[in-house]
Amino acid sequence: MGNKTIITASLKKKRPEDSEWVRYLLTTMALGVVFLIIGIPVFHVFFRAFEKGPMVYLDNLFGNPNTRHSIFLTLSIAPRVVFLSVVFGVSAAWAIARFRFPGRTILLTLMDLPLAVSPVVAGLVFVLIFGMQGWMGEWLSANNMQILFGTPSLVLATCFVTLPYVVRELIPVLETYGEEEELAAVSLGANGWQMFWRITMPNIRLALVYGIILCNARAMGEFGAVYVVSGRISGLNDTMPLRVEKLFQEYDMPAAFALASVLTFLALVTLGVKTYLEKSMAHQKADAGEST
Amino acid sequence: MMAKIEFGIRVQGVILVAFIQSNKGSPLPGLSLSLGYSVTYLSLIVLIPLSACFIKAGSLSPTEFWTIVWSERTRAAYSLTFTTAFLAALINAAIGFLVAWVLVRYEFPFKRFVDAMIDLPLALPTAVAGLVYSSLYVESGWLGQFLVPLGINAAYTKFAIVWVLVFTGFPFVVRTVQPVLEEIEPEVEEAASILGASRLQVFTRILLPTVFPAILSGFAQAFARGLGEYGSVIFVSSNIPYKTELAPVLIVTRLEEMAFPEATAIATVLLAASFGILAFINTIEIWSKRFGK
Repeated sequence: MGNKTIITASLKKKRPEDSEWVRYLLTTMALGVVFLIIGIPVFHVFFRAFEKGPMVYLDNLFGNPNTRHSIFLTLSIAPRVVFLSVVFGVSAAWAIARFRFPGRTILLTLMDLPLAVSPVVAGLVFVLIFGMQGWMGEWLSANNMQILFGTPSLVLATCFVTLPYVVRELIPVLETYGEEEELAAVSLGANGWQMFWRITMPNIRLALVYGIILCNARAMGEFGAVYVVSGRISGLNDTMPLRVEKLFQEYDMPAAFALASVLTFLALVTLGVKTYLEKSMAHQKADAGEST
Repeated sequence: MMAKIEFGIRVQGVILVAFIQSNKGSPLPGLSLSLGYSVTYLSLIVLIPLSACFIKAGSLSPTEFWTIVWSERTRAAYSLTFTTAFLAALINAAIGFLVAWVLVRYEFPFKRFVDAMIDLPLALPTAVAGLVYSSLYVESGWLGQFLVPLGINAAYTKFAIVWVLVFTGFPFVVRTVQPVLEEIEPEVEEAASILGASRLQVFTRILLPTVFPAILSGFAQAFARGLGEYGSVIFVSSNIPYKTELAPVLIVTRLEEMAFPEATAIATVLLAASFGILAFINTIEIWSKRFGK
């Protein structure tokens, strides 16, 4: 083992170096691209939001009841969507990573569909089902139930677009850890839930948080799908991104940027947590690799 | 219509039982519960709704369908959607490769910070991206005041759509190319240069062919994302029919006019394109796994 480490270490030489001017030129170009595409826009959001001072900023955010409601609505929809995606993600990942059954590959492919489908189409399909001319439209209105143009449809459409996020993070982690510990637990007499909470959960914990972070960011930021099912009723069904668009249409740019700055801040927090988790997961994986 | 759904659920149940009975391998618990729940949830949230789109489109006669999807306005929308998404994905392939190369090969200050920021387009709501880009590139904007006099107008034009799609698709190529570049063994390059290959030859003969499947996969992901994008483009495009109206925008317009068959037919074509790209991405992945190692 020790010998092998020395050999690989000596082989891990630096790659053939590019000449210095190539390095500087390419690095400058790449950093320029990142700055132009990502850096300037982020800076611009905060600059425009705080342009007229913090008091105007706060008034823009909390002075308008419709804007307040949009913040409340987004904060109430995202946790529900995340919860549903987590339950699905854990159960689908368990079935796919631990068992072999016919149709397994098809199931894997179908789960990726929402990533390829346009958000607008994702919203449209719910209109086709729950709308007045849709499959269930008449039945719903006869029973005095409203799904479309209400919070349930916002949750459903957001669930559609965020479906793959948790499960995609969990499958590779479950596959890395293998089933030995779980088999040991079961053969020693643990029941399914004991095995899950004591063995599986601690192993997938970080990946689960990672998936939740990504899922939450998408749930809070989704636009196209919720735009279609919201029915655009002011103050009732506007989530934060929809409210940003409405303020933009009303030429209320300071208010639009104030709300956008909150969403940008959330995105930056998401990236921070994500980077931290990636580091921890790399450590955890290295530890797992050593112990086997 | 309810009968159709009921039938669907019953068929699904039969298939499920068949799945579970055929699996006699693993002693681990929870297959029927986890598989049953996830297939049911997937069906309710994704599969049944998507099939609603196809069934609705199928209720149109072929000529009706054809007149809708091949009218002048929809044709203009499709061609604009495909060209802008394609151009944006192409730009992303180039700059994504450049950024991945620099991140893997060179050291510079704040490298980890820059690396983390690459994923911002995935975390930032597209509506915010649209808002910022439209504000930056109008004539009075930070960048527009320099660019518009030069004749570069990145607000309310086709170029504006391409440019904001470059933003939304930016992480895909970087993130597919990065791990492949990291895995290339230094020995391979060294061997090539010892055998007399120039730096340029090493790059074009060894490095580029190795990362090409990754670039292609990232390109396809960015392209798929670009085809369906709505949130950002409505901010930066003037959404004028025949000129700057994209297919997703046209779908929403038709929906607001309560023209459901039209909206569905246009959406079906877009869906078919998405499925095609998804199949393409999967093929690349299988292909690169088979020949890559």
